[in-house]
Amino acid sequence: MKQGLFKILENKELAPDVHQLVLEGDTSAIRCAGQFIDIRLDGHFLRRPFSICDWTSSTLTVVYRTVGKGTAELSEYQTGKTVELLTGLGNGFDTTVSGDKPLLVAGGSGVPMMYALAKELIAEGKQVSAVLGYRTAADVFLANDIEALGVNVTITTEDGTLGIKGFVTDAMQDMDYTYFYTCGPEAMFKAVHRIAATSGQFSFEARMGCGYGACMGCTMETKNGYKRICKDGPVLVREELIW
Amino acid sequence: MVNTKTTLCGIELDNPVIPASGTFGYGSEFAELYDINCLGTLSMKGSTRDPRFGNPTPRIAECAGGMMNSVGLQNPGIDAVISTELPKLRKVFHKPIMANICGYSLDEYAENAAKMDKAEQVGWLEINISCPNVHCGGMSFGTVPENAAEVTRAVKAVTTKPVIMKLTPNVTDIVSIARACEEAGADGVSLINTMMGMAIDLRTRKPLLANITGGLSGPAVKPVALRMVYQVSQAVNIPVIGIGGITTAEDVLEMMLAGATAVEVGAANVADPFACKKIIDSLPAVMEKYNIQSLKDIIGGAH
Ligand SMILES: Cc1cc2nc3c(=O)[nH]c(=O)nc-3n(C[C@H](O)[C@H](O)[C@H](O)COP(=O)(O)OP(=O)(O)OC[C@H]3O[C@@H](n4cnc5c(N)ncnc54)[C@H](O)[C@@H]3O)c2cc1C
Ligand SMILES: Cc1cc2nc3c(=O)[nH]c(=O)nc-3n(C[C@H](O)[C@H](O)[C@H](O)COP(=O)(O)O)c2cc1C
Ligand code: FES
Repeated sequence: MKQGLFKILENKELAPDVHQLVLEGDTSAIRCAGQFIDIRLDGHFLRRPFSICDWTSSTLTVVYRTVGKGTAELSEYQTGKTVELLTGLGNGFDTTVSGDKPLLVAGGSGVPMMYALAKELIAEGKQVSAVLGYRTAADVFLANDIEALGVNVTITTEDGTLGIKGFVTDAMQDMDYTYFYTCGPEAMFKAVHRIAATSGQFSFEARMGCGYGACMGCTMETKNGYKRICKDGPVLVREELIW
Repeated sequence: MVNTKTTLCGIELDNPVIPASGTFGYGSEFAELYDINCLGTLSMKGSTRDPRFGNPTPRIAECAGGMMNSVGLQNPGIDAVISTELPKLRKVFHKPIMANICGYSLDEYAENAAKMDKAEQVGWLEINISCPNVHCGGMSFGTVPENAAEVTRAVKAVTTKPVIMKLTPNVTDIVSIARACEEAGADGVSLINTMMGMAIDLRTRKPLLANITGGLSGPAVKPVALRMVYQVSQAVNIPVIGIGGITTAEDVLEMMLAGATAVEVGAANVADPFACKKIIDSLPAVMEKYNIQSLKDIIGGAH
């Protein structure tokens, strides 16, 4: 973990209520996809955690949905503004166990981190597929960018306006994969857990205090004991979940 | 050169800044970031006899000027704290530490105190009779003077280490509780623990915290904490540790002028892992700015 000041290079709308934030600063604490950052917002006591969507040696990208006061204010931040971040938080995904045909399954604000993960898996020479779930066609974001990395992308929409009508699990049924990685709402997690054919990793969200393991605010019970989502997670493996 | 030293129940601290229980884990996350030996001491997460998961999540909520928590004393149990956490802490922290303990009965308080009494690293026992997040036990001992006195006596009977009773602000008269602790033999008091509060989630129209209520802390509670430290320190002759909303060196000085011998910093650590270090680093310059040569000289100066 590192604390650092970052300059906003870009903060633009990708889809309704979804923004992409590109920041410039010291990214050396970031080790792998699935890790997150915690950003301090003016006038707010607690930070806001966001998964890393992409990073280089001097820039990092997060994609966030405006859901409440903090993210609405963040979406107004202008290019050039300096923000304070904790970087390199959490364990991140383990790609060594993916086999040669990993599947990425994501919905909503779980999609951004899949970009970083896909990039990593592709660089390791794997044949990557993804099922990305959205509410409706107008909500779709990042799908093209993930496809452009060389990923075989399937889109599902709840209203059928794009791709397969239904939920990510409807598309997962007949897919052939060696391992899966998933992030999304809890209902999606439970459905994926129910039908998945292989082992896999789940990236959790939790209401956090500190984001670095000190306050015990984010704990979840697993078969391997109590885990702090911020420090021992956010990524947990399927076999340790009590569902 | 200004003098930042203070003496807490006979043990000298390099400076009065102590991370508050529950906001600093067992120190290791912070030791990865900086040399935590710059701290006066540190108060470990509260220990209970049995391991505890704590309350269901969500158990953190933000609010104007601070936060609420309903963690509910998650800890691996006192035996694991002593066998695992203390040895780990010894490698990165070389000063006497403050062991915070809680209990569900008088017997449990005494049992936990007796165990911590044997731990050589422990300099002080901080007895939490003020946790608003555990039912039966915790705060119920700290809201009635006789109960607070009973816990104090039970703990004093099993330890020779200084005993600091940690008080709750969720009472009509905190001075009477502090006096009861002093009369029962307490070597110090620390205050305040969190204030009971709650948050409502407009989207679900239900309480945001799964526990319904939580403990409020952070800058929002500082005026209340200052007032209580001021009143208590006038009424007792044992040292008072001031806790509540401290985020800057200026806050430390205000708390000491109100009567605190040392201070604990809680929620600030949750917002910024470097909070205590930043306060300690800036303390000498801020003392100079206000013409303070020695911190010991200003304790209770506002009385
Ligand atoms: C590890 C992790 C990774 C995340 N990655 C992303 C991402 O890549 N893109 C994205 O859009 N969102 C992501 N989120 C969710 C994001 O943190 C919240 O949407 C955001 O904090 C909401 O802030 P707000 O001020 O707008 O909402 P408010 O409801 O006003 O916030 C009040 C408080 O609740 C917390 N909070 C509210 N909703 C959530 C939530 N869903 N999860 C955690 N805390 C919450 C806030 O942090 C804040 O402390 C992630 C959350 C976690 C824990
Ligand atoms: C997340 C969190 C966990 C806490 N856990 C404990 C605890 O285990 N034992 C205890 O005595 N106090 C606990 N407290 C209370 C703090 O030690 C402190 O008394 C209180 O937060 C007020 O100080 P502050 O305003 O600086 O946070 C906790 C506070 C927070 C925010
Ligand atoms: S948010 Fe503090 S321990 Fe996870």
